[in-house]
Amino acid sequence: MTLLKVDGLNKHFGGLHAVNSVSFDVKKGDIKAVIGPNGAGKTTLFNLICGGLDADSGAVEFDSQPILGLKPYQIAATGISRTFQNIKMFPGMTALENVMVGLHTKSRAGFWAAMLHLPSTRTEEKTIRARAYALLELLEIAQFADVEASSLAFGQQRAIEFARALASDPTLLLLDEPAAGLNIYETAEVARLITKIQQQGITVLLVEHDMSLVMDISDEIVVLSCGQHIAEGTPSEIQHNEEVIQIYLGE
Amino acid sequence: MGAKKITGIALLVVFVVAVQIATQLTGTSYYLTQLTMTMYSCLLIIGLCLVMGYAGQVSLGHAGFFAIGGYTSASLTTTNLLPALEGGSSWVSMLNSMGLLTAGSSMFGEPLLTVHPWLACLLAITITALIAFLVGIPVLKLKGHYLAMATLGFGIIIFRIVLAMEFFGEADGISDVPGFTLLPGLTVNGDIDNRVVNYYIAAAVLVTGFVLLLNLIDSRVGRALRAIHGAEDAADSMGINTARYKLYTFVISAVFAAVAGVLLTHYTGGISPSDAGVMKSVRYVAIVAIGGMASLWGALTMGGILNFLSLRGFFGSYDDAVFGTILIIIMLFAPEGVLRLTLWSKFKRQKKEKGS
Amino acid sequence: MSLELFSQYIFAGITYGIIYAIVAIGFNIIYNTTGIINFAQGEFVMLGGMSAITLNYYLPLPLAIIGAVLFTMLIGALIEIVFIRWLKNPSVLRLIIITIGLSIIIREIALHVWGDTVRALPYFTGNVVSSVTILGAPISPQVLWVLAVCSCIVILLSLFFKFTPLGKEMQACASNRLAATLCGINAKNMVTFSFMLSAAIGAVAGCVVSPITSSEYDMGTGLAIKGFTVAVLGGLGNSLAAVAAGLLLGIIEAFSIAIGFPLAFQDAISISILLVILFVRPHGLFGNKEAASLKEF
Repeated sequence: MTLLKVDGLNKHFGGLHAVNSVSFDVKKGDIKAVIGPNGAGKTTLFNLICGGLDADSGAVEFDSQPILGLKPYQIAATGISRTFQNIKMFPGMTALENVMVGLHTKSRAGFWAAMLHLPSTRTEEKTIRARAYALLELLEIAQFADVEASSLAFGQQRAIEFARALASDPTLLLLDEPAAGLNIYETAEVARLITKIQQQGITVLLVEHDMSLVMDISDEIVVLSCGQHIAEGTPSEIQHNEEVIQIYLGE
Repeated sequence: MGAKKITGIALLVVFVVAVQIATQLTGTSYYLTQLTMTMYSCLLIIGLCLVMGYAGQVSLGHAGFFAIGGYTSASLTTTNLLPALEGGSSWVSMLNSMGLLTAGSSMFGEPLLTVHPWLACLLAITITALIAFLVGIPVLKLKGHYLAMATLGFGIIIFRIVLAMEFFGEADGISDVPGFTLLPGLTVNGDIDNRVVNYYIAAAVLVTGFVLLLNLIDSRVGRALRAIHGAEDAADSMGINTARYKLYTFVISAVFAAVAGVLLTHYTGGISPSDAGVMKSVRYVAIVAIGGMASLWGALTMGGILNFLSLRGFFGSYDDAVFGTILIIIMLFAPEGVLRLTLWSKFKRQKKEKGS
Repeated sequence: MSLELFSQYIFAGITYGIIYAIVAIGFNIIYNTTGIINFAQGEFVMLGGMSAITLNYYLPLPLAIIGAVLFTMLIGALIEIVFIRWLKNPSVLRLIIITIGLSIIIREIALHVWGDTVRALPYFTGNVVSSVTILGAPISPQVLWVLAVCSCIVILLSLFFKFTPLGKEMQACASNRLAATLCGINAKNMVTFSFMLSAAIGAVAGCVVSPITSSEYDMGTGLAIKGFTVAVLGGLGNSLAAVAAGLLLGIIEAFSIAIGFPLAFQDAISISILLVILFVRPHGLFGNKEAASLKEF
């Protein structure tokens, strides 16, 4: 079953055709990767899907609903979560608080309730605290719950970011270069966590530069080059695709 | 509510009472006047702290909101509606029959019929909130320099309006504003006999406002605000409607400013264009910055100390210059505020590193 | 409206407009090299006028003006060296607050040095009553001075940026600071220089306009707001567009008075224009939206 459908997506920056009629589907439950050399349009594509950029034309459907043109927070509310290439921890907040922010759409306390510290707010606060802690446990970083997140190692921050993104109970998780800035051990760890997330029944779409990570964990791969869709298939198909080899060797 | 927060509030209340008793014992109860005024200013400052420190939006126009509140209440409670009533205005007679008007007499013993202070106060707050909402929608889309200039521009427009309109008393402002009886026996006015009562009224209002804000920042909403400040795009992707959160925060802080404006105006019996001036707004920003931006306790402490010293004339004719200098020194050497001086945080960091 | 009255308003509009444009160019020069909006820009104009008036007690007018410009340049350089240069990656908010603090201090010092009396330089040529007739309207010769001097500033500045090595280096810093540094340009000195240049043209404007509008210690804020309005109207960083925007604002103001708009609300007009532009076209009337979105505000 198709969860996310990208159809004929286009984006220009001045004279540069950054994303050129790109189409592909993401099947429910899969880990799908978008790869390509620098400047292939991966990050642009990613931002178009998340609502960070406006597309020139094309369509993106999530769960058969069009999501193109929605604001980022509205897209988040439909059940899509994302992470950032340069991990964006909220400064001055502990790991736990970071994940609690991720639970924003799962809680309701408004300005009045919060200011008056109503009993309902107190119960809700307890619930989301417990839920956030459970997520940290799932990603094996519960021991850092009360440490300021931005002071931790990159690998740990990445795990917190995953927990934060999972907090909103997404059906689809978008990962923007999850291995960026990590060493090989941390990358392997992140790969393991991504499979663990898939086992929770969550579909994953990742944009990545690091081939080894992608080949190990993906069910399907899309290759982009210069904004165009070059190839699509299982990791072994992609590894034997002449055109893809050409692009990567030519880099 | 966390134990730490409760202890803090309790100490604050003890401090407020101790100061009053100390002035009583030392025969310096004339200090209470400036202390009362200081506390109303602090109310505005903690509201501004919420916008600047937590939502991360600079506002150089908060004196404007203070003025909208103060001027609305002052003009409504001083405009004599008696001629209009005698002239047969159905509006006025309707308000009068609903008991929303109050009769009094001017300094020269002429009979007066004015809007009841409670109604005036509620109108003042509603109008301020509405203006903040309408202004906030476009203004808060701006960032950095543009946001600073736009809010500064808003402040100047308010200043120009009160300076130019006869209804607002032009350069003289509005004086002879009557007292505001909150409850029987509790009147906000400048009577010397009423000084202690007014001190406690101001303290009660300030502490209430302070507790509300402390609750707010220590909640889902507060976390969302800090997230917006820290990384707006990440906050967005967590499903936080950043525009709405910024707007509501802006409106809340404008309401704090308006309440301060209303009460201070009734307390001092008047308001003048200088209360709406750009320098006032800059001063509020300065105090929030000195307190450490994202620190309600810092804003309250610094607001208390600096406003009080300034009102006592401690800085003489160098008042504005002192604030300008403090502002620069803080921003150069301690952008996190004096309460978190670089040295102190270094010390803490070292301790933490040793501990871990 | 008679032709005489009409051209009188036009000239008044152009005179004020070009002064606003000069202040806006001052904003642009610093903004281009540093990304800072210098809230103390209006204070440079005030300092130029006030110090020229003081120097004119002892020196002939041309020397007094030169002295005032040099003095203001010195202040500009000091501000940058003492307060800006050594900050590492300061946030926009921090810079805004620092320059606001500076403007307060300069103003307060001016108040203590010169008091709050309104002063003015004498007319450069002729006097209050002398006038030349242009298009049927009597125009004060000082207006011509303002127009001539300000036009010269605009032309000289564009020549400076186009043809001199120093100007080119400043442009290089503006477009890509890191690349410029790698090419051996001392970017920090360029920033100091941009403050001096900006202070200098502000001071010149303060001198030529002083006989018409008078100078006083607190004239800076109003001018700064209008200058900023003009800079935004033209698109931040674009100096030629600022001239057009300045003239536009000056003429709008002049005619708003002509049609009986209360003088007290004159400031409100330019601020309202500023707010509307910020909301509707933050990249300015002549700016490019895509280019503006790349800048960090």
